[in-house]
Amino acid sequence: MEALTAIVIGVLTAAAVYLMLARNFMRFLFGLILLSNAANLTIFASGRMTKGAPALVPYGADTPVGVVANALPQALVLTAIVIGFGLLAFALALAFEVYRRLHSVDTDEMRYAEPKEDATK
Amino acid sequence: MAEHSDPNAPWKTVSGIGTSGVTALLFVFFLQYLPVIAAGETVRWVVPWIPSLDINLTFWIDGLSLMFALLITGIGAMVMLYAAKYLAGHPQYDRFALYLFSFMLSMLGLVLADNLIALFVFWELTTFTSYLLIGFSHADPKSRRNALQALLLTAAGGLALLAGFIMLGITQGTFEMSEITASGSLVGKEFYTLILFLVLAGAFTKSAQVPFHFWLPNAMAAPTPVSAYLHSATMVKAGVYLLARMHPALSGSDLWIWILSIFGAVTAVFASFMALRQTDLKQTLAYTTLMALGTLVMFLAGSTGYAITAAMTFLLVHSLYKAGLFLTIGIIDHATGTRDANVLGGLRAAMPITAMAAAAAGLAMAGIPPFLGFIAKEVAYAGALEMRLMVFVVPMALIAFALMFAVAGIVAYKPFYGPQGKLPHKPHEGPWPMLLGPVVLGTLGLAFGLLPGLSAYYLIEPAVNAVMGAPDRGGRVKLWAGFNLPLLLSLITFALGFVLYAKHQALRGLLARIEARGPDLDAGWDVFLERFMAFTKVQTKLIQTGVLRQYMFATFAVFAVTVFVTLVTRNVGGVRLALGGLSFMEWGVALLIIAGTVLVLLTSSRIMALVALGVVGIGVALIFIMYSAPDVAITQLLVELLVVVLLALAFLKMPNLDPTGAQKHSFLNATLAISVGVLTSVVVLLVVDQPFDRRLTTFFEATSWTEAFGRNIVNVILVDFRTLDTFGEIAVVLIAALGAFVLLKGAAKARAAKEEKE
Repeated sequence: MEALTAIVIGVLTAAAVYLMLARNFMRFLFGLILLSNAANLTIFASGRMTKGAPALVPYGADTPVGVVANALPQALVLTAIVIGFGLLAFALALAFEVYRRLHSVDTDEMRYAEPKEDATK
Repeated sequence: MAEHSDPNAPWKTVSGIGTSGVTALLFVFFLQYLPVIAAGETVRWVVPWIPSLDINLTFWIDGLSLMFALLITGIGAMVMLYAAKYLAGHPQYDRFALYLFSFMLSMLGLVLADNLIALFVFWELTTFTSYLLIGFSHADPKSRRNALQALLLTAAGGLALLAGFIMLGITQGTFEMSEITASGSLVGKEFYTLILFLVLAGAFTKSAQVPFHFWLPNAMAAPTPVSAYLHSATMVKAGVYLLARMHPALSGSDLWIWILSIFGAVTAVFASFMALRQTDLKQTLAYTTLMALGTLVMFLAGSTGYAITAAMTFLLVHSLYKAGLFLTIGIIDHATGTRDANVLGGLRAAMPITAMAAAAAGLAMAGIPPFLGFIAKEVAYAGALEMRLMVFVVPMALIAFALMFAVAGIVAYKPFYGPQGKLPHKPHEGPWPMLLGPVVLGTLGLAFGLLPGLSAYYLIEPAVNAVMGAPDRGGRVKLWAGFNLPLLLSLITFALGFVLYAKHQALRGLLARIEARGPDLDAGWDVFLERFMAFTKVQTKLIQTGVLRQYMFATFAVFAVTVFVTLVTRNVGGVRLALGGLSFMEWGVALLIIAGTVLVLLTSSRIMALVALGVVGIGVALIFIMYSAPDVAITQLLVELLVVVLLALAFLKMPNLDPTGAQKHSFLNATLAISVGVLTSVVVLLVVDQPFDRRLTTFFEATSWTEAFGRNIVNVILVDFRTLDTFGEIAVVLIAALGAFVLLKGAAKARAAKEEKE
């Protein structure tokens, strides 16, 4: 399944990059969501994927019985999901506020920080 | 400058007398080392600074640094006293005193530092304080421009010097100069040529050798005490000091001899002609300073006792007479309101003491016996006759010394004798704080000349020994060395100098015509700066377009190229695609995610994109469920739900994805996107193909229950083993929430305000 996941990751990444290169800021946000999913899957797949054996220690035992799933990437992905969500929520609020002020979602128009040369003079 | 001061203003201020007093105390402090150093010993203090990088604040007194330290503190004390009166009543006098005192300390650090890095830091501090002092009249654009020019030029040389020092330190295994010079010459060793060029770049810019000379005459925009102190007696000699300091390690090669001889000689002769051409006395002195620096560099090219003795004697005498003359010009400027050589004359009656001091300095400069300047010239000729490039050096030295004789007449004789021109003010004698310096310096020039044995024993010979790196009591410094070739050359110098002085008015016109034909490096500098600025502007426009898409494109392109190049150079070979044995469900989930992704890519509808994103999210959650990650799957589902709700709420208020109705696609973007995607897949495939290291996981599995008393290992990792990570995660989410809240609250407030208006 790691190989198939790798292909899925590639597709997600390619789509994310394409969307993040778009002029529309909403598409940029879609790209961000897809990229975040691709990153989570990458962490998950790099720790190897095990079917049907959650990382649990059964009652009465000190350690897991038999081979169980790798717990570390799962913990990392959990953190990543939550942080990705925080990032997205903030970016969305930013987009919303920018749209309210500039009445545009075109990133080419958002030039408060780096105004066009002739605009400054 | 002078117009800012008020002769009746109180000048006995803390910043004036205090700094001068402290400097004088330092002078006395260094005086006590004279007998110790003359006896052949050295003194060292070590203060650890950054021990891990072998950088210490090491201070070292030997003959060379002691001579410099005495000049810096001695002349410094007198210049500060002079400045207190010269700038009395100036609104920014306190600032000036601070700059001057900081400069004095930096310069002192420079000549005492033994550690190369510490030396470099002091070196840059002198550049910096010099910048502040040249630009002291900051309301004047010319002053600011000249200050910046000096800063950029000497700091550029300083950077080269730093590179040279680092190479020197690394190749020699120590950053202590005393150890480097003690271990002998570097000639012929690895990196010698590169180190030499870097060090010379630093020394030549600082000591204003042609073609880097033009900043020094411009630096005369500073008040006269600064010109006397920094730009003749001390700072510009830092380059000479460095060459002398490095002499045991770097001298002796053909490269050293040729470069120093030629640059020094050209600077000396060019500058002395230029000095003759000037009518502003301060500019004249500025060019004679260049001449002196060139002469010093030229003599440091040699390695014989006479050459080095010439350099050290000339360095001492030049500091004395040049500081004295600058201060004298300052008094004349102060008293008469002009520095024009064509106007000034006959001031002797009104300013007898100034005239005496100027005469003493002028005689030393002209090299008339029994002044120390005479001895310096004799030794210089003896040294020049011994040098490898004697055929070149001797005539150049002769021309330079003869011109200096003529210039001495212009600056020290002409203003005080002969007919008086029309002066802006009625001349009067200077006040004593301003006279003290020139008088003491002039007297010293005479006294050192009358007592050559004493000055040689305590000052010159210890310095010569430090440069030569070998104890040597040459007895070369003599007032009367017998009838010999140097004496004959001296007589020729006097004769030639006298003719040049007599004809200097006629020569000026000729020199002006020649100068007009030659390249104007000073104007060239402005053109260079302008072009450079234009270039940076174009470059900035190219890199910083201000368009987000282009930044993203550059970022992803760099990612793609670096990953691709790494894969190719590492020669990773093929990729194994193990797709066999997968169930219908696994293929189904994968295809579901891919389908969702493609839909997000192609749709123009906001709602459709939302649904497709949801499909992708749920597909990813299904992978987590199938592969034993229930906690992750639950979180993923929850977050997915929240994302869809949030996006839906926001998108209700926002426009359609494609205002024109159709989505525009870009072939270039698609190519880059596919490249990044393929490369990511390849890297993940390569990673999962590697043998897996389970050590960390094994540790967590073994200790999850036994030490942390939790049966869900993932949860134990989150809340126990990696608590700090989780804490950080919570902080990130909180900050994001606060940020979003503030943003949206601002929006709500603005809306409310708008409604109220309506």
